Amino acid sequence: MAINDNANPQGVVHDGNLPDKPAPMATEGAVAWMRDNLFNGPFNSILSVLALALVLYVLPGMLSWLIFNANWTGGAEACRVNPDGACWPFVSSRWEQFLYGFYEKSERWRIDILLIILAIGIAWLVIERLPGRTFAAILMLFVYPVFAFFMLYGNEKMGLPIVETSQWGGFTLTLVIALSGIVASLPLGVLLALGRRSKMPIISLLSTVFIEFWRGIPLVAVLFMATIMFPLFLPAGVTFDQLLRAVIGVALFSSAYMAEVVRGGLQAIPKGQYEGAMALGLPFGKMMRLIILPQALKIVIPGIVNTFIGLFKDTTLVLIIALFDLLGVVQASIADPNWSIRSVPYTGYAFVAIVFWVCCYSMARYSRYIEDKLHTGHKR
Amino acid sequence: MHPVKTIALSVALAASAGMAQADETLDAVKSKGFVQCGVSQGLPGFSNPDDQGNWTGLDVDFCRAMAAAIFNDADAVKYTPLSAKVRFTALTSGEIDVLARNTTWTMSRDSDFGEFIGVNYYDGQGFMVPTNLGVSSATELDGAAVCTNTGTTTELNVADYFRANGLNYTVVAFEKADEVVAAYDAGRCDVYTTDRSGLAAQRTKLSKPDDHVVLPEIISKEPLGPLVRHGDSQWADVGRWTLNCMINAEEAGITMENVADMATSADPNIKRILGADGDLGSKIGLDNAFCANVVAAVGNYGESYDRNVGPDTALKLDRGVNALWTDGGLLYAAPQR
Repeated sequence: MAINDNANPQGVVHDGNLPDKPAPMATEGAVAWMRDNLFNGPFNSILSVLALALVLYVLPGMLSWLIFNANWTGGAEACRVNPDGACWPFVSSRWEQFLYGFYEKSERWRIDILLIILAIGIAWLVIERLPGRTFAAILMLFVYPVFAFFMLYGNEKMGLPIVETSQWGGFTLTLVIALSGIVASLPLGVLLALGRRSKMPIISLLSTVFIEFWRGIPLVAVLFMATIMFPLFLPAGVTFDQLLRAVIGVALFSSAYMAEVVRGGLQAIPKGQYEGAMALGLPFGKMMRLIILPQALKIVIPGIVNTFIGLFKDTTLVLIIALFDLLGVVQASIADPNWSIRSVPYTGYAFVAIVFWVCCYSMARYSRYIEDKLHTGHKR
Repeated sequence: MHPVKTIALSVALAASAGMAQADETLDAVKSKGFVQCGVSQGLPGFSNPDDQGNWTGLDVDFCRAMAAAIFNDADAVKYTPLSAKVRFTALTSGEIDVLARNTTWTMSRDSDFGEFIGVNYYDGQGFMVPTNLGVSSATELDGAAVCTNTGTTTELNVADYFRANGLNYTVVAFEKADEVVAAYDAGRCDVYTTDRSGLAAQRTKLSKPDDHVVLPEIISKEPLGPLVRHGDSQWADVGRWTLNCMINAEEAGITMENVADMATSADPNIKRILGADGDLGSKIGLDNAFCANVVAAVGNYGESYDRNVGPDTALKLDRGVNALWTDGGLLYAAPQR
């Protein structure tokens, strides 16, 4: 674009468009953004100022404690000298325990392999450019759990020594409980949701009773029942693996929640979709699989992931039935008299919080991504 | 049937099934090859995992001693960490063989849950105050704010003690020990009360441990000991004499180091303890040299004490009432003869 201002003495002639002027300060830039988002109205202005004040009040102390004034090297002695900052050597000296629990040292490679496969599998499922993702999904959902069980528990015939579930612990155990809960609760939840909406009275009644029973009692009570009451009903000497009891309890509990989330999605599907499917002559199974569920599940992705995240965090409750998930291992480690330093418990809890936040936030981000990808006009 | 009745019946059935198991624990343990031992979820000095993930502590040493007595292998133990709430259920349901979880021996527990086989630590509730409070006795604590844990006997003991002495007080109670310490350290209360072993452990977490003193008063009796299921006297004997063996060994001067030499000692008492003479071990289904094996693997009671809670550890607990009776303490084991 050429601008010819002075060549023609009779006036200014533009032989092209003028360049865009920058938008006025009032509608663009940091100031405008802040005015639109933080200070639009007196109430929001007050809230923003208060929030900012809170951040400024908390953040310096937090950063100083977590990072700048923290002990990064040395052992317990360094932390004892400076107890006013986080004691990260405590975490680094025990990270193996936090990851593997009390799993047999010579057998920990089995967990390593499982974690590596899990990471590869998840990456395969998440990165869309990769080929064969359906195959990967089948592998991860059906083959991997069985494989993981044999790897973790062991099998004499396969040459893997048995490692009792009581020795499982740490982040491994958190993953075991959370993943089995997640993998079991979605299909169970879908079945229960369909059952509850079924026109067959017995199926509908049973599903409703099941859902309302599990939703009506707290998870802590479920775990206590599984651990304390259940053994009393069995003949003495017959024991039923404690971890299995807890996992079943968690899975049933979360499937009841999942069922209600899925039912919400089913109810949001217009009746015309059902009628259209039936008009095509699709039997019930195909109607659900091809028409209804894909739409219903897409609507409730936020709810499903919400339940997953809740379930992931709820796994820490197994602490009260003395299973050592990540939080349990950290708490037990805090009791070590050699690390009896003021900053150690806080460091341990901060570490757990960070690990959980990273896991949960990753799940949340992935859910947002899927929502955007499947966005076909329903999103508002 | 009424649901409560159903539960009661099931419990009764489970209990009667438990009876049928009597006198079989030792055989069952021998055939499975390890002792299943219930421990705490982490109590400093009594049972806690160390840097390497191995369980250590006074209670853990008792479990290891039992394994050494039975298998001559102190590592033949599997640990079941138990919360205070589930510990007795785990024992009665057969999930564990012995419960060594800093459990106070009381009459109701002895009758309801299992058979206590002795005391491996005499604890008692005490008070800690800042030095600058200028208090030297708990009787001067009128009007004090007392920090303690919720829902434990410590809270009740404090109530009893202050009422009996006509003192006023305010309770500041928290769920977890770490919160209690933090509150006490921040000056939210004048007194911190819990078991004296706990006071010693938590004191190291204070910002200035030396500015605090533990008062001389002990306001409750907390004899901590291991227990086994009711109705199996042979198994109870195995536990009882493992503990007695450790105490008797200390009294006789048998240590981890000299136990091998002591076997040839001329002292008839030492010979009986170590099984060089007589058949005491086989009478309870063990090797005659069970006590020698225990001391060789775990040490005598004093060695175990010093290693886990003694003055050289972070807990810095003096022997106090846990000294041998010959040193003015309460430890007095029945003789092995």
